[in-house]
Amino acid sequence: MSEQFEPVIVGFLCNWCSYRAADLAGTARIKYAPNLRPIRVMCSGRVDPQFVLQALRSGADGVLIAGCHPGECHYVNGNIKALRRFLLLKKTLSQWGIEDERVQLLWASASEGIVLAERVNKMTEEIRALGPLRWHDKVLGDNGAIPIPVKEI
Amino acid sequence: MNDKKQIPEQLEKVGVYICHCGSNIAGTIDVEDVAKWAKNNPNVEISRNYEFMCSNTGQELIEKDIKEKGLTRIVVASCSPLMHEKTFREATERGGINPFLFEMANIREHGSWATNDKAAATQKAKALVNGAIERVVHQVPLEKIPVDINPATLIVGGGIAGITAALELAEAGNQVYLVEREGTIGGHMAQIDKTFPTLDCSACILTPKMVDVGQNDNITLLTFSEIEDVEGYIGNFTVKVRKKARCLIEELCTSCGICEEKCPVKVIDEDYGAGLGYRKAIYRAFPQAVPGYPVLDKDNCTYFENGKCRACEKFCPTDAIKFDQEDEILNITVGNIILATGYDLFDARRIPQYGYGRLPNVFSSLEFERMVNASGPTEGHIVLRDGVTEPESVAIVHCVGSRDQNYNEYCSKVCCMYSLKFAHLVHEHIPEAVVYNFYMDMRTPGKGYEEFYHRLLKEGTHFVRGRVAEITDVGRNPAEEGKLIIQSENTLLGKQQRTPIDMVLLSSGMQARHDSEEVSQLFKMGCGFDGFFTERHPKLAPVSTMTDGIFIAGACQGPKDIPETVAQAGAAASQVAKLINQGTVMMEPVRASIREDECSGCRICNNLCPYNAIEFDDEKKVSRIITALCQGCGTCVAACPSSVIDGAHFTNTQVMAELKGLLWDVQPAPQKTPA
Repeated sequence: MSEQFEPVIVGFLCNWCSYRAADLAGTARIKYAPNLRPIRVMCSGRVDPQFVLQALRSGADGVLIAGCHPGECHYVNGNIKALRRFLLLKKTLSQWGIEDERVQLLWASASEGIVLAERVNKMTEEIRALGPLRWHDKVLGDNGAIPIPVKEI
Repeated sequence: MNDKKQIPEQLEKVGVYICHCGSNIAGTIDVEDVAKWAKNNPNVEISRNYEFMCSNTGQELIEKDIKEKGLTRIVVASCSPLMHEKTFREATERGGINPFLFEMANIREHGSWATNDKAAATQKAKALVNGAIERVVHQVPLEKIPVDINPATLIVGGGIAGITAALELAEAGNQVYLVEREGTIGGHMAQIDKTFPTLDCSACILTPKMVDVGQNDNITLLTFSEIEDVEGYIGNFTVKVRKKARCLIEELCTSCGICEEKCPVKVIDEDYGAGLGYRKAIYRAFPQAVPGYPVLDKDNCTYFENGKCRACEKFCPTDAIKFDQEDEILNITVGNIILATGYDLFDARRIPQYGYGRLPNVFSSLEFERMVNASGPTEGHIVLRDGVTEPESVAIVHCVGSRDQNYNEYCSKVCCMYSLKFAHLVHEHIPEAVVYNFYMDMRTPGKGYEEFYHRLLKEGTHFVRGRVAEITDVGRNPAEEGKLIIQSENTLLGKQQRTPIDMVLLSSGMQARHDSEEVSQLFKMGCGFDGFFTERHPKLAPVSTMTDGIFIAGACQGPKDIPETVAQAGAAASQVAKLINQGTVMMEPVRASIREDECSGCRICNNLCPYNAIEFDDEKKVSRIITALCQGCGTCVAACPSSVIDGAHFTNTQVMAELKGLLWDVQPAPQKTPA
């Protein structure tokens, strides 16, 4: 691979809208950054904030959570719950100095392959500009601070 | 970190199969490299690459390996699981292991098709395959959940879509509940005078079907009723229907119509009459209404105003009038639901420059439909608002509220054709009248539709291509005095023009029902930004919704004409009939469950469930999931602070394992000084 920093982005895609959007992007042969590594979940409401933390802790440079548009959730309003958790999580992350662009939420319906692809491109560029996450330096600090307790599950 | 979890105590024997999909995958991804690399994972027993895994030989490969090599888990890296997950699960099962011990890595849609960078695609494929291997190791055998299908069906909306679907199902011997908000079935089609392009009389083709509905023993017709609540899931819905009080004992009413005749109150008929005619306070929308008994309009009835009158009660020969009748709540149980709730006509008042509601001789399309109908308020005479003067010139304005960024962006599809029909009807009724069509583009796709357009060209209608800017009654010269003036562009001549006219018909588009969003939430299925209900797949599942057991038909899904609506209603009915014939469906075992002995009883999950599937056991002080109601979204699983809710097939362990596998190449270096 080239010298350029290639961020790794973990995507939590809901089964009904966003995973299908990613499928559609592929079927339509829309070329976008190969930096997204998707995980299928049934609903964006299934995304436990710990999944996001674990992803960042395990080497991902960014996390994209994608679900159905508000009002279109297959499970009525799971996406709204995802939104609530997302906003809380973002507050915590910002206190740890993790940049805003690293964890993003997107509404992409099953027909919006292009929306998903464009966001992945944009996010890849944004994180590339930020550089690697370096979770252990950033969150745990250089002075051997106490690790943030992430519950074992 | 969690080293002990990285290698389960006993290694699994995973079979990994990388599909070439011809050159679809192999053209971009180095499948051989991926297959060879996958062997490095200690759990992998065998790793192959094959040209077409979904082919019979590909599937047999899996079956054979399971039997000969004693594989315990299967991973196929190929297309999207939405495409072939079922195929490979079945192959896994035929091989002799539980189908839920199979996992798929999507390296085509998410991999080879999404990039041209071969190295990056191969790297991504490795990550996806590794994620699937790590995940599959933690997967557990599951059984699909059989659900019996209640053979009764609920159809919401009694327009032509609901009527068609109800008849199709009922005539095949199935029980149907047809619920309609108004006092009679028929819907918009009953308001229409003629249908394009054949110019059949709408009532003549609709009313026999309405009668069939009324007479079919398998159809329980609930008019003047609304759905209040829907619970349950495919096969087992419980629906609460409010049967509003008609103030009439249906069993006694003979539909003689004396009450309607004697009622002294005259009300403008806003619904069926489109505001053009009058009705009584106790009324049937039209003489062929099904059911034939009237509805008493409490808001306008003198008795409900001041306790006097009671004329209908006095004259009713069978004593059927019952003023103190109360709404009835019915709980019905059905296996499937078809929504056929139709559309609203775009309200032309929203475009003030067209003057509808302000300039008397600007008419809406439904007003014109009623006017031109022989049984309508003017007995079929096309007249100005004064009720007597025949117009010498009529303008029909297309795309009112449609193809307009300010209102509805979409093309309403039917308006060009019904505008042409209007032009024809004006020619027919007033042969000497001059008729204009102001159109943007003439859209006439459909059998016999273009031919109808050509017919109108021959009949002498003037076609002006351009959007109408304004309709005004302020004339600039004597020729314009007393007329309506249409200010429009003529794009074919490339200039502005003013056309003095006597009568203007606004061809408003169809839009979603004003309450479609609430309805979609009530039935837990989606609607788009424009309010039309969302189909499961725009091409391959046009009448299914994302919610199993709920189907859509007709204009509630998007603008469409009568033939399309009827076709869709038939399709929805056949989807339901298929499920009824099957008797049972197998549901994905993706369900949540609570480990009750570990539950702290905090009740955080209780209010999160959109299906009310979580109950609280007051004695044991723990929450419990009602499996039959759970749909498996996993919202509660994510919320449980003690992590004691398991979301089957999407457990925390499985997702975390997939995550770990996915990030195999970027695992951070060990910490410097772990505390």
